[in-house]
Amino acid sequence: MTSSLLFNVATLTYLVSMLLFFAFMASRAKVLGTAGIVAAYFGLLTQTGAIAMRWKESYDMGVGHAPLSNLYESVVFFSWTIVLIFALLDYKYKYRVIGAFVMPFALLGMTWAQLGMNSGIEPLVPALQSNWLLYHVITCFLGYAAFAVACGISIMYLIKANHDESGQKAGESSIMGMFPPIRVLDDLNYRAIMIGFPLLTLGIITGAAWANYAWGTYWSWDPKETWSLIVWFVYAAFLHARFTRGWVGKRAAWLSVIGFAATIFCYLGVNLFLSGLHSYGGGGKM
Amino acid sequence: MTTKQRGVLHSLWDFFCSLRLTMFLLISLAILSIIGTIIPQGAIPPEYLATISSSKQQIYRVLGFFDMYHSWWFILLLYSLTVNLIACSIKRLPHIWKIVSQPTLVMSSGLEQSLPNIASIKTNDKPEQLKEKLTAFLSSEFARPVVTEADGSWHLFAQKTPWCRLSVYVVHLSIIVIFIGAMIGSYFGYKGYVSILEGESISKVISRTEKEIDLGFSVRCEQFKVAFYDTGAPKEFKSILTILENGKPVPGYTNVRVIVNEPLTYKGITFYQSSYGNAGNYYFTVSGLDGKNAVPVTLDSNTTATLPDGSTMRVVEATDDISEFIPSLSGPAVQVEINSPQGGSEKVIVYANYPDMNVQYAKEHNVSHVLQYKGAQKRMYTGLQVAKDPGVWIVWLGCAMMVLGIYGAFLMSHRRIWVRIQGGAVTMGGNASKNQAAFERYFEVLANKLKKQLSGEEI
Ligand code: HEM
Repeated sequence: MTSSLLFNVATLTYLVSMLLFFAFMASRAKVLGTAGIVAAYFGLLTQTGAIAMRWKESYDMGVGHAPLSNLYESVVFFSWTIVLIFALLDYKYKYRVIGAFVMPFALLGMTWAQLGMNSGIEPLVPALQSNWLLYHVITCFLGYAAFAVACGISIMYLIKANHDESGQKAGESSIMGMFPPIRVLDDLNYRAIMIGFPLLTLGIITGAAWANYAWGTYWSWDPKETWSLIVWFVYAAFLHARFTRGWVGKRAAWLSVIGFAATIFCYLGVNLFLSGLHSYGGGGKM
Repeated sequence: MTTKQRGVLHSLWDFFCSLRLTMFLLISLAILSIIGTIIPQGAIPPEYLATISSSKQQIYRVLGFFDMYHSWWFILLLYSLTVNLIACSIKRLPHIWKIVSQPTLVMSSGLEQSLPNIASIKTNDKPEQLKEKLTAFLSSEFARPVVTEADGSWHLFAQKTPWCRLSVYVVHLSIIVIFIGAMIGSYFGYKGYVSILEGESISKVISRTEKEIDLGFSVRCEQFKVAFYDTGAPKEFKSILTILENGKPVPGYTNVRVIVNEPLTYKGITFYQSSYGNAGNYYFTVSGLDGKNAVPVTLDSNTTATLPDGSTMRVVEATDDISEFIPSLSGPAVQVEINSPQGGSEKVIVYANYPDMNVQYAKEHNVSHVLQYKGAQKRMYTGLQVAKDPGVWIVWLGCAMMVLGIYGAFLMSHRRIWVRIQGGAVTMGGNASKNQAAFERYFEVLANKLKKQLSGEEI
C-alpha cells in the first residue's frame, strides 16, 4: 500500500461524507447525519495514516522531511486540518448539519491535490531546512482551517438570517428548520475564530522568528507577510465587532466570510498572482 | 481653557475612545495594505515602470505608493491605532480594575436578579453551622470564600482567576511594545549586505540605504561551497567564516560554518548566508573555422565579449563535468548566451574536451568563427546579509505578551460564586466572564452536590 492510494481513499470518503450531510439536510433523517460524521472521522483517520506514511516514504527515499514542503503537501495538510477542526467542533457541540457547509472545503482541497497536482516527494531546498518550518506551517494551517469552518458557519448564518427576515418563519418541514438558530450560529462562528485567531497569531510570530533567524529581518513587508497581516486585521476587526453597535450579526458574519477569502488569497493568490513583483534589498533570498 | 476648547477636547477624547474608530482603522489598514502587495516597493524594477504611464507614475510617487508602508498616511493610521488603543484602555481600565481589586462581596437582590445561575436550598441547619459547611464546601470544590456578615445574614464570595480580565489589556499593550521594538530597531540598527571573495576579508558593509558602515572588526571568507542533490537541486550553501580583531582570528569565531538557517552572530551583528557567485575567469579562444588565427578571450561572470561577427557573448553557467547534464559526454563545459546585433538570443554549450563538436556547431549554424572553451579558474564569493537590530528582543517580548494575553482572553474565564445564608435558606448565584454555557453546566453540578451534602447529613 502507498500513501497515494490512501489519500485517494480519504478523498472518496470525504465525498461520501459530504453527500451524506446533504442528504441529512434534505431528509432530516438523523441516521444520515450520524453516517456523515462517521465517514468524516474515517476519512480523517485514513488521511492521518496517509500523511504518516508519506513522511516515512520520504525517509525511505533518503530525503526525509515532514510532508509540509510544497503546494501539494500543504493543500493535503490544509484539508486534513479542516476536517480535524470540524471534528473537534462536532465533538463539543454536535451540530451535524454544519458538515454540509464545511466538508466541501476539505473535499475541494483533496480533489485538487489528487487530480491536479504533482505529488512527487522532493528533497528540501536549503531555505526550508529548519524546524521553524514545522512550527510555522502547522500553526498557520490550523488557523486557516478554523477560519474555513467559521466561513462555512457564517454562510449558514447569512442564509438563515435572510430567510428569517423574509418572513417565512422556519417551517418545521423546511431545510431551515435543520439549521441551528442564528444566535447559536453566531456563537459557533465566534468560537471557531477564537481557535483560529490565536493560531494565526502564532503562525505570524513563528514566521517572523524564522525570517529573523534565517535572513535577519522579522518583517520585510513582502506580499505573503502583508497578506497574513491583512487577514489578521480582518479577524481583529471581527473580534471587536461584538463590542461595537451596528456591527453585530450579519456584518460580523460578512467579516468572517471576507476574512476567509483573504486567507485563501494569502495562501494561494499571493503565489499565483503576485510573486516576482517584489524585490528584496541586498542579495537575493536563498 | 474656555468651555468651547473643553468641548473640542472632549469630543476629541470621545472620538479616540470609540470602538467604531477601531473598526474603521483595522479595516482601513487591511484594505490599504493591499496596495503595497500589488505595486512593487522600494527599489522599483525599470521593467515595471515601463508598463505604467508617466502620469500614473507621478501620482503613485506623490501618494507614496512606491514605499507605502513608510508613507505619512500609513504611519498616521498606525499612530491613530496606538492612540485609539491607549484611549480605550484608559477609559475602560478603571472599571475592570475595580472588578478585579474590589470584588462585590455581598449578593444583593439586584445582583441576584442579574445573575444567570441561581440555586436555592432550604435546610433546617443553623446559619452558623451552614456558614462553616459552605465555607468548607466552596474551599474544597471551588475556591476559598470571603465571609461577611450584613443585614443579619451571612454572605460568602469566592472567585477564580480574576486577573484574566486584564488579559485583553496585555494584548493591547503588546502591540505598543512591538511598535517600540520596531522603532528601536529602525533607529539604532541597520540591514546591509556584503560579498566576500574566498580568502579575502572585509571590515565594512553597505546598508540598504547605501551607507557604508564600519563593523569595527573584520570578517574573512575562508571558503564557499555549494552541495547538490542527485536531482541537481541545491542541497546546501556553506561559507566558512573567520572573525578577525586587529587582523588576528578571534578564538571561538574561527572557521565557523554558516549555512542558510544557521547564521553567525558577533558583537550584536549577525551574518546570514544569502547568495553566492563565481568571480573567477573563464578562458576561451575564438578562431576561424579551420582553427587558424586563434585569439584568447577571458570572461568573468559579469562581463561580455564581442565576437568577430558583432554579436556579444556572456557566460551563463559552467560545470567541471558535463556528464551531470549529458551523460554520454564528460569534462568541463560552459553555457554561453550569444546575442546577435539583430536582436536574436541563443544559448550554446561550449565543450573543453570536444573541439570538433564546437566546430560542427559553427558549421551547422553558419557562423564564421569557432568558440573553444579552455577551462576556468574558479574564485567563489559568498554573499552575506548583515543585520544589527537591538530592538528585536523587545519585539519578541511583545509577541510573548500577545500570545499569553490572547490565551488569557480566550481560554480563561473569571468565575464568581456568591452565597447568601438567611436563616435556613441558602441562595447560591454565579457567573463567568467567558464561556457561559460551560459554567452553567459546572454550576448545576455544583448546586446538586451541595444539595446532596446538606440534605445527606440530615438523614
Ligand atoms: C485601535 C486599536 C484597538 C482598540 C481601541 C481596541 C479596543 C478593545 C476593546 C475596548 C476591547 C473590549 C475589552 C472588553 O471590555 O472586554 C477589545 C477586545 C479585544 N481586543 Fe482590542 N482594540 C484594538 C486593537 C486590537 C488589536 C490590533 C488586536 C489584535 C490582537 C486586539 C485584540 C483584542 C482581543 C483579542 C480582544 C478580546 C476580544 C474578545 O474577548 O472577544 N485589539 N479591544
